[in-house]
Amino acid sequence: MKAPLNWLKDFVDINVGIREYVHAMTMSGSKVEGVEDMGEGIDKVVVGRILEMEAHPNADRLKICKVDVGSEMLQIVTGAPNVKAGDLIPVALVGAKLPGGEIKVSKLRGVESYGMMCSMEELNLTRDYLPDAPENGVYIFNEEVKPGTDVKEALHLDKVIDFEITSNRPDCLSIYGLARESAVTLGVPLKKPEIRVREEAGGNASDHVTIEIENPELCPRYSARIVTDVKVGPSPYWMQHRLAAAGMRPINNIVDITNYVMLELGQPMHAFDFSKITGSKIIVRTAREGEVLKTLDGQERKLDPSMLVIADAERPVGVAGVMGGENSEITEDTRMILLESANFNGTSIRLTSKKLGIRSEASLRFEKGLDPENTIKALDRCAELIELLGAGRVVRGIVDCNKVPKRQDTIRLDVDRINGLLGTDIPVEKMVEIFRALEFEVDTNTMMMKIPSFRSDIESAADLAEEIARFYDYNNIKPSLLSGKEAMRGKKSYKQRMEDVIRNTMCACGLNEAYTFSFTSPRVFDSINLPADHPLRKAVVISNPLGEDYSIMRTTMLPDMLRVLATNYSRKIETARLFELAFVYHPVEGQELPEQKSVLTLGMYGEDCDFLELKGIVEELLAAMGISDFEFRPEREDPIFHPGRTASLMLKNADGTFRKAGVLGEIHPEVAEKTECPERTYAATFEVAALIEASTPDRKFKPLPKYPAVPRDIAVVVKDEVYVADLLRAIRKAAGDILEDVSLFDVYKGSQVPAGMKSTAFALTFRSPERTLKDEEVNAAMDRILKSLEHQFGAKLR
Amino acid sequence: MKQQLESIQKKALEKLETIQELRELEDFRVAYLGKKGELTSILKGMGSLSPEERPVIGQLANEVRNALEAGIAAAKERLIKAAREEKIRQETLDVTMPGRARKLGKKHPITLVLDEIKEIFLGMGYEIAEGPEVELDYFNFEALNMPRNHPARDTQDTFYITEDVLLRTHTSPVQARYMKDHKPPIRIICPGRVYRSDAVDATHSPIFHQVEGLVVDKGVTMGDLVGTLQVFAKGVFGENTRIRLRPHHFNFTEPSAEVDVSCWGCGGTGCRICKGEGWIEILGAGMVHPNVLRAGGIDPDVYSGFAFGLGIDRIAMGKFGIDDMRLLFENDIRFLRQF
Repeated sequence: MKAPLNWLKDFVDINVGIREYVHAMTMSGSKVEGVEDMGEGIDKVVVGRILEMEAHPNADRLKICKVDVGSEMLQIVTGAPNVKAGDLIPVALVGAKLPGGEIKVSKLRGVESYGMMCSMEELNLTRDYLPDAPENGVYIFNEEVKPGTDVKEALHLDKVIDFEITSNRPDCLSIYGLARESAVTLGVPLKKPEIRVREEAGGNASDHVTIEIENPELCPRYSARIVTDVKVGPSPYWMQHRLAAAGMRPINNIVDITNYVMLELGQPMHAFDFSKITGSKIIVRTAREGEVLKTLDGQERKLDPSMLVIADAERPVGVAGVMGGENSEITEDTRMILLESANFNGTSIRLTSKKLGIRSEASLRFEKGLDPENTIKALDRCAELIELLGAGRVVRGIVDCNKVPKRQDTIRLDVDRINGLLGTDIPVEKMVEIFRALEFEVDTNTMMMKIPSFRSDIESAADLAEEIARFYDYNNIKPSLLSGKEAMRGKKSYKQRMEDVIRNTMCACGLNEAYTFSFTSPRVFDSINLPADHPLRKAVVISNPLGEDYSIMRTTMLPDMLRVLATNYSRKIETARLFELAFVYHPVEGQELPEQKSVLTLGMYGEDCDFLELKGIVEELLAAMGISDFEFRPEREDPIFHPGRTASLMLKNADGTFRKAGVLGEIHPEVAEKTECPERTYAATFEVAALIEASTPDRKFKPLPKYPAVPRDIAVVVKDEVYVADLLRAIRKAAGDILEDVSLFDVYKGSQVPAGMKSTAFALTFRSPERTLKDEEVNAAMDRILKSLEHQFGAKLR
Repeated sequence: MKQQLESIQKKALEKLETIQELRELEDFRVAYLGKKGELTSILKGMGSLSPEERPVIGQLANEVRNALEAGIAAAKERLIKAAREEKIRQETLDVTMPGRARKLGKKHPITLVLDEIKEIFLGMGYEIAEGPEVELDYFNFEALNMPRNHPARDTQDTFYITEDVLLRTHTSPVQARYMKDHKPPIRIICPGRVYRSDAVDATHSPIFHQVEGLVVDKGVTMGDLVGTLQVFAKGVFGENTRIRLRPHHFNFTEPSAEVDVSCWGCGGTGCRICKGEGWIEILGAGMVHPNVLRAGGIDPDVYSGFAFGLGIDRIAMGKFGIDDMRLLFENDIRFLRQF
């Protein structure tokens, strides 16, 4: 809401500097977004009247003028094509500093000039503000102004304050409402205007028109006045300038007056050309199926029965609270008007304006729910202004169809409760003072208060507390820290602690944490080669996305990880290692909300990146989470991954079976190509819930060994397709308890072993916790191992 | 013989001075004190001495032996020390060379800020609650005192899945869910992702992160809110940080406030970061609206509470001086490794 300062001053004495005022208003709840000083940088510019004008002896285009600037007569040379003797124009005097520079005495083709006539642009103004300015040339006043008047005064160049008005305070979408807030904030009285209407036309309004409300729940009140002998023309400068400063375009005196009253009092108004109203009747009703109305913006609007319209005996003449119809528009020929001042249901207006795609100054006020008691005052103010401007003669009386239901409008002032909620000790007198200033009627005997009709937001003690707090100043509330309350133990859940373990381990393994968007494009499934019927393609779809690229909630994070890797790769970054811990979303049949699953995704390429590096990181993670019962199994079915370089992580269930918790491996070369990742790109993805379920916080101490270890190596040749995991399992089983540790230290394929075979070498550590092992015991275990490997895998000692 | 011994001692001790290597020293020892050494062979001739001479010469011989042994020990020490010094000199490194790189991964700046905030509130007895991002309209709006068609909904451009299901526009629905399942006293923070239909640019993202806070107990005051936010602000932005509350309107709190912190760039005197204001708005807060307590099954005549919500992304940007929000989601390694 843009409020010109001088307009506010009509209703309240703002007796502090603008900075202080703006700060005070912000701190009492009317946040100031900005202040525009329209006259900024315009100094020593006054109104002048051209008395004489004669041709320049040395230049065809220049004229020499004698200009009356009030205090003196100046000779000014001008090149403006549009001025003539008698015109009133803005004159920048010598010494004036304009946005374009300083004015000095100058000689133009030998003739001295003592000032400059100004155009709209030179005054730093726009056509929105001065619609009557010429396209080219000096601005000419179309209204009588005394020469010598400061142009800032003549053009009403004001300071315009832009307030952010919250949705609960439609009463502040008005100059008067803001003046009221200002008065309470500054502790000065509100100047309530006395509105006087002379009503000089003959007859009664009710003789001219009847009003019918068919849907009182959508229109609780409709009040109207009739004005005759209307003379449509431009409104005076002061009104035009105030409207323009507040952001509205001046149109003609009648329309300007209705807009002026809306801005001043917050009550949207409308004026109908009464000669176009058939049957002398206003009917407020819902639109009939198929009805069409051309609104004031020239658009044909298809109406439907959910929309409220203002109709005459035959047809709609306006969309209620949103926009008037062209069929009853004020024109130059209008002689008699009906002024509408009504109250409409906010939700209904909101839905209609949304459906029609019209957001007008009227609708954005109505949709927040306005004060039904304001209609009469606004009508009277309109009538007063019409009389003041000589725009018509007001017919006696108001036709008022009032179906406003009685509402609960009293509330108890519970001082203790308010102080209790705020943690303050504000005395009752101070509270009463604030509420009275806010126009609550307070009965100090019963402590009952009557809520003003314009404050429909006040419902409970909490609302009252806010009123007190914002004028007490929030920052005067003494800080405390839940003192006297039961102490509580702050803690992370087990799941949250495990998530920390995951992040920390990933970082320790050199992976950097990524954050990617949780919505994506349905086309990503093609880029990762998912078959058309793959379950991951079933996603939650956003009905109003920002675009197709952001239109579904992701069901897998791998495409995002690949995109991040590709981005880094395209920027010539040699090595990238990343992880992300975030959610995927799977629709569930028969359930409103999808299943939201936490997923850990790893991705890397570059230096030292290969399958075993990735697997090592995963093993480190499993160890950090205390997961010991797991297996990696070859995974050949996942379309995203290289079928020969991919494993599934299998976690052991209590019953000895295994469940899949994720996949790790090299990205399928085709997918790598489609996603523009390097050829050797590695990724992994795990269900975090499964990992956490299998994890344990328990660690048990094992005594450090007291007896020496016996190290042995063994190398066997087996068929290429034999898995190392199976060999390790067989070694452990055959060796028995005395085998402390076994690890693979070499795999060799090549000329030293037959084709299709490989040599695998293991380092074994034997040890007993109770005694020093004898050579014979270890030899016997080695024999058992070799036999078992021979028997199970046809292994030959190398 | 006495002269012989004395001359051996003199000669030997002079020689010792010139020895530069341990091996040479050993040769020296053998040459004098070994089985066939000079001193040994002289002593072998002791048998030919008279009984009177024998003890005298014997004593002298022992003295010479002791002197040589001591000389050898001293020389040995000298040589070892010299050798060690030489080794040290030779293996001296250019310690200004860069260390061998250890590539520790880094947490995302949003995680870092979240962790800091969590730590502050865990210390004040809060738990961490979570809730779904694809959320029911009921929890996102209605239970928070924003019925359908309420104009306040316009301020949060919402992504809808169906008429009743949406992407949560704030973390506040977790409040509503938590109150349904828990009785006071309640102290929680709820971090998470939220969604608003904003196009991506340097200062906007349709996905960002918030932390919600909720406290419900008997006799909770707005003073408690102010005190809590002060602790939070000092914790995140430094001990000298001040906060300022401005009245505002949210449907789910009453009274409501927008909260500014003194600018982290200038401390409040006004600079480019705070656009000369000295203050930066970072969060919304207020006393839980009675209707919200009621929707959560809590009697507003018995209990009161406060709630607050803050945007993490902007705080992270402010703290680390990140000037473009898109960097947070682009995941350029050179960006991520800076934190």
